[in-house]
Amino acid sequence: MLKVPHVTSYLTEHFAEDAFGTLAGYEKKGGYAAARKALTEMAPGDVIELVKASGLQGRGGAGFNTGLKWSFMPADSDVPKYLVCNADESEPGSFKDRILLERSPHQLLEGILIAAYAVGACTTFIYIRGEYSFPADQVERAVAEAYDQGHLGPNVLGSGFRHDVVVHRGAGAYICGEETGLLESLEGKKGQPRKKPPFPAQVGAFGMPTTVNNVETFCHVPYIVNRGAEWFRGFGTEASPGTTLFGVSGHVVKPGLFELPLGTPLSEIVFEHAGGIAGGRKVKGVIPGGMSMPILPAGQLDVPMANESLRERGTMLGTGGIMVMDETTCMVRVGCVISYFFRDESCGQCTQCREGTGWLNKIMNRIERGAGQSEDLGVLLDIAAKMEGQTICAFADAAAWPVQGLLRHFRADFEEHVRLGRCPFTASFEL
Amino acid sequence: MRITIDGREIEAREGATIFDAAGAAGIDIPVLCHDPRLDPVGVCRLCVVDVGERVLAAACVRRCEPGMEVRTNTSDIEADRAVLTELLMSEQPADHEADRRERAFGDNALLACARRYDAWGDSLPRGGGRADDTSSSVIHVDHQACILCDRCIRACDELQNNEVIGRTGKGHDSRIAFDLDVPMGQSTCVSCGECAAVCPTGALVDVAIGPELRPRDELEAVDSVCPYCGVGCALTYHVDRERNAIVFAEGRESPGNRQRLCVKGRYGWDYAAHPQRLRVPLIRRDDAYPKGALSKDVRGEHDGRRKPGGIVDYDEVLPAFREATWDEALDLVAERLSTIRDRDGPDALAGFGSAKCSNEEAYLFQKLVRACFGTNNVDHCTRLCHASSVAALLEGIGSGAVTTTYGDIANAGAALLAGTNTTANHPVAATFFKEARKRGTKLIVVDPRREAIAEHADHYCRIKPGTDVAFYNAMMQVIIEEELGDRAFIEERTENYDALATLVADYPPERAGAICGVEPDDIRAVARAFGSADSAIVFWGMGISQHVYGTNNARCLIALALLTGNIGKAGAGLHPLRGQNNVQGASDAGLIPMVYPDYQSVEDPAIREKFESAWGRELSPQRGLTVVEIAHAALEGSVKGMYIMGENPFLSDPNVNKVRKALSNLDFLVVQDIFLTETAEFADVILPASSYMEKLGTYTNTDRRVQIGRPVLEMPGEARLDWEVVCDVSTRMGFPMDYASPSEIFDEFAGLTNAYATLSHDNLGAVGKLWPNPDPERDDGPVVLFDDAFPTENGRAKFVPAEWTAARELPDDDYPFVLNTGRLLEHWHTGVMTRRTRVLDAIAPEAFVAMHPDDGSANGLSDGDNVTVESRRGSVTLRLRLTTRECRGAVFMPIHFREAAANLLTLDELDPDGKIPEFKFCAVRVSAAG
Repeated sequence: MLKVPHVTSYLTEHFAEDAFGTLAGYEKKGGYAAARKALTEMAPGDVIELVKASGLQGRGGAGFNTGLKWSFMPADSDVPKYLVCNADESEPGSFKDRILLERSPHQLLEGILIAAYAVGACTTFIYIRGEYSFPADQVERAVAEAYDQGHLGPNVLGSGFRHDVVVHRGAGAYICGEETGLLESLEGKKGQPRKKPPFPAQVGAFGMPTTVNNVETFCHVPYIVNRGAEWFRGFGTEASPGTTLFGVSGHVVKPGLFELPLGTPLSEIVFEHAGGIAGGRKVKGVIPGGMSMPILPAGQLDVPMANESLRERGTMLGTGGIMVMDETTCMVRVGCVISYFFRDESCGQCTQCREGTGWLNKIMNRIERGAGQSEDLGVLLDIAAKMEGQTICAFADAAAWPVQGLLRHFRADFEEHVRLGRCPFTASFEL
Repeated sequence: MRITIDGREIEAREGATIFDAAGAAGIDIPVLCHDPRLDPVGVCRLCVVDVGERVLAAACVRRCEPGMEVRTNTSDIEADRAVLTELLMSEQPADHEADRRERAFGDNALLACARRYDAWGDSLPRGGGRADDTSSSVIHVDHQACILCDRCIRACDELQNNEVIGRTGKGHDSRIAFDLDVPMGQSTCVSCGECAAVCPTGALVDVAIGPELRPRDELEAVDSVCPYCGVGCALTYHVDRERNAIVFAEGRESPGNRQRLCVKGRYGWDYAAHPQRLRVPLIRRDDAYPKGALSKDVRGEHDGRRKPGGIVDYDEVLPAFREATWDEALDLVAERLSTIRDRDGPDALAGFGSAKCSNEEAYLFQKLVRACFGTNNVDHCTRLCHASSVAALLEGIGSGAVTTTYGDIANAGAALLAGTNTTANHPVAATFFKEARKRGTKLIVVDPRREAIAEHADHYCRIKPGTDVAFYNAMMQVIIEEELGDRAFIEERTENYDALATLVADYPPERAGAICGVEPDDIRAVARAFGSADSAIVFWGMGISQHVYGTNNARCLIALALLTGNIGKAGAGLHPLRGQNNVQGASDAGLIPMVYPDYQSVEDPAIREKFESAWGRELSPQRGLTVVEIAHAALEGSVKGMYIMGENPFLSDPNVNKVRKALSNLDFLVVQDIFLTETAEFADVILPASSYMEKLGTYTNTDRRVQIGRPVLEMPGEARLDWEVVCDVSTRMGFPMDYASPSEIFDEFAGLTNAYATLSHDNLGAVGKLWPNPDPERDDGPVVLFDDAFPTENGRAKFVPAEWTAARELPDDDYPFVLNTGRLLEHWHTGVMTRRTRVLDAIAPEAFVAMHPDDGSANGLSDGDNVTVESRRGSVTLRLRLTTRECRGAVFMPIHFREAAANLLTLDELDPDGKIPEFKFCAVRVSAAG
């Protein structure tokens, strides 16, 4: 039995019960009632309006209004429309979608059915990262159950709505989590993000209008349909309603997944829910939303965990993957690890991303090794600045931000390395 | 639409990218990954511009929108570009002076950016460590200089459609890779050079073929046409006049090739500068009589002294000749030929022209034979190539040329490729076929050999050799039975349909399938794909024509097109793919024994009268002998004197042992050529001619496109222009010919035809013109012919039904294999040119016989074995290559290699209508060489 601490939760309310993962167990808790309601009592446009009104933000990292995204799909279309569930959860520090897939695949399928009905999609492709073997098995099992019971197929829940779900396993590239990289990969091509425009709502999977949503995003939808937009807005902040799943890792006493309202202060999550810093040491910095989000220093943990407030501190909520680092952490080494990841995962299309990620990593390594020069910090910032806002997708931005964050808040660590000609924290290393 | 770029309001056309709109307005945006011929990908990010959004947009991919406000050169954007350049430069090889592209062509686009932004990569630690790949014969690959702009990948995918290059690795470790990351020279790369042509840096650079590569502006650019195949690609030779040398060749924009070239066109031109070029006239020494073969290869002796492969051994042949002055040589030629004419009659003389010569030379040569010699015994290699197709076309639709261009495949719903190995023989046309297939044209390939184009086919049918008629009759049976034909077209525009319907009714797919070795349902599927297409083109090659039933094969394809109404509209038609660069033109010019220029019959008194008055001589009313018939006549002694201009029948004609006897038997043979050929060994006089690279003339490609080839080199030694030599011989034989220039010859020729009547050197323009062309000043000419009537007496096309007959020499216990012969991508016909080019000879140096691996193991033979291939006429020993491209029971030999001449084995039986020999079906046995 999985231990899931929950404070104010609906998504994870029944996660302690294995039966919640089965169709019967899910329905026993009221599952598929929202789908029945949407498909039989609501017009597609009403569903979109409801989700818009709820203020649900996409939970994949960018935080875009979900209902608004759905409304971009052409209402009248003589070609098939598709829905894609992005289950390529690859952001280091994030593991919320994995738990949702493992513990409540029907909650996901119900959200998918409602969304599909709203946008008029005939098929949903669930793209699951290749490493998520067990979660993918759970989803495939649930999809089979749903077909067996008529929850999927030619006549969903007896409503006359037809819907099919295809589970597609990825092959292990971070960039396939980027929605158009995912679409390329789904089509059997190399996972390289597409030029936009056109956006997926016009030309998406297999050339058809397509909406791509994150796993968690879908999971919120049945509750909104069942309980209403106002109820949903009862959680979180004005701009960021609802709960979300915070995954806490790093130097804490109780790492784990916590469903909490958006806007919960970071310090509360770290020190109360995750039990504070292990070994009685002090916190040094916290990455608030997965590895591509800029780090916050110890002094800024009072920040409410919602996009609007995090932006004011120069970072973002991202995927809600919180990585906590204590005072023994070498921030240059953190820079090496992060930049190595991005160097390796860039698809290599755009010059500044392919070359920039390489150079960021080389220079980070050089500083950590003790061979850094004083102008290196300027070069890092120059390169990072020129990687932002110019590339086909946001990967280059995601690779540049952590570097900027580290230098903004922990410049002293870098200068110390250069001054001493060695790492003051640990034996030098290089990735 | 109106948009604003850098404060300037400009008009942009719908769908234009910002880059295009800016370019049209004279606003320069730097870019590295974009090339106008390729789909933009926007990856270099150098062309990013500010369109007022959060993210800068790549100008090369972003389309203009009405009212858009674009900034292309803010200081921020320029700073971004400087950093991009810095990043790229830091990974370049440190020594920019040594950059291969900059040194070769002076056009390294990255170095231009480095200069523009003064960004040399010095602020970053240098990259390094990506290796060179020197495995290709034509391109040097420097991975370190690669900037991953993907131009090469797209050129290979989108232009040449070969799909060899891709990316391997990801992120910072991305590299371009060939196939599954093997060295370029070991990959499926066909060395077309398109990747190097589009590469902006020193990553992919041509290897120098002649003198060291030099920037364009230091050289003279001469627009010309490729000398090899019937596709006739437009190209530009970059010439060092001082050193009288071609430095490099480049594809040129033209409807025919859109800048694309193949390995022969781009890299195969150095034969003209080969040291073995003939420089002075040669006369056979008295002690070299009686005549016979001079070299051991031609005598069929192999002493193992010479290394395998190669060309005529000059050391063996030259001692039999002495140098002479032009006057002496020409006098001798004129005297000997005149003597034979006067003593034995005009028909004792014969001439072979060449489809490698220009229209002007072909016209003059046939005029020489007809008006000066007084005989119609004039022919050329069209007889060995599409004579049967032309016979069937003239009979069926009244015209021997293609009814549409190969580029029209872009408009076709389906295309049938019958017996044509296009990727090897018409490589650039094949790129358009593959491109059309990607855009939805259904490609149907029917061939006993599963050649590379079959890999792109929607339907591939491997028929047994020699069963084409049965296959196509069955296709027609299905089309009639399933009512897929075009009734209206049949009724309004054709005749003799009932005869066809009656005949093909006897070929249901079950019967034909048994003959062809194809599943009946496969025949049905192909018939439906072809019959139900809105428009369909039939392409065919030597697999159809080079048979004793070649005319019947072509008749079936013509009937197939007529039955489905597929002539006279866009994306539909008949296109026999012409082999030689000027086989269409040489035929148009009358280098054919039955017809004067423009296919006007020598047997028609009115026409003859027209030519008699034009040429001022009485002309022979009898059709002349064809190529193989001339050889037979020489053997019998009725033809005694010959003039051979640019042909090498010793290697090109079937059953060459017989040809050798025939040539030895001649009283007098004059050979005019650029090298000592196998044929020249039998000559009394050898005249040193001009190569293609040295002369002005027009050439007509497979599409009927008449283009100008221009001189780029000075002739070596005392070599002379071919047309001048023909004039001199004619004048010395008492029929004066006097022209000021090839253009004057062209005008005389054009004036005697309908097809060329409106054309002249002056109005052919940069890319030539299609004939017939009512308005060449303004129009490129008609792609599609016969949209309302056929040039027949009643304006209708005629169905000519054909029964399937078995091949003449079937395999048996003694000779169990069928021998098929043909060409390779890298070589040309008898190899006289291509085996003297550095690159082509390096890529394909050796003769081989190809066999299916199962036949190999059944006979105890392994790949690479030395084997002897024997027919009833001769035997050769060469290397065995096992490949599933061949079908069971058949072997294939290329025709280019004198040391293992395929035509020692072939059968000199003729098609009754086209008089074309059987090159593609004779019985052989294959055994391990002793």
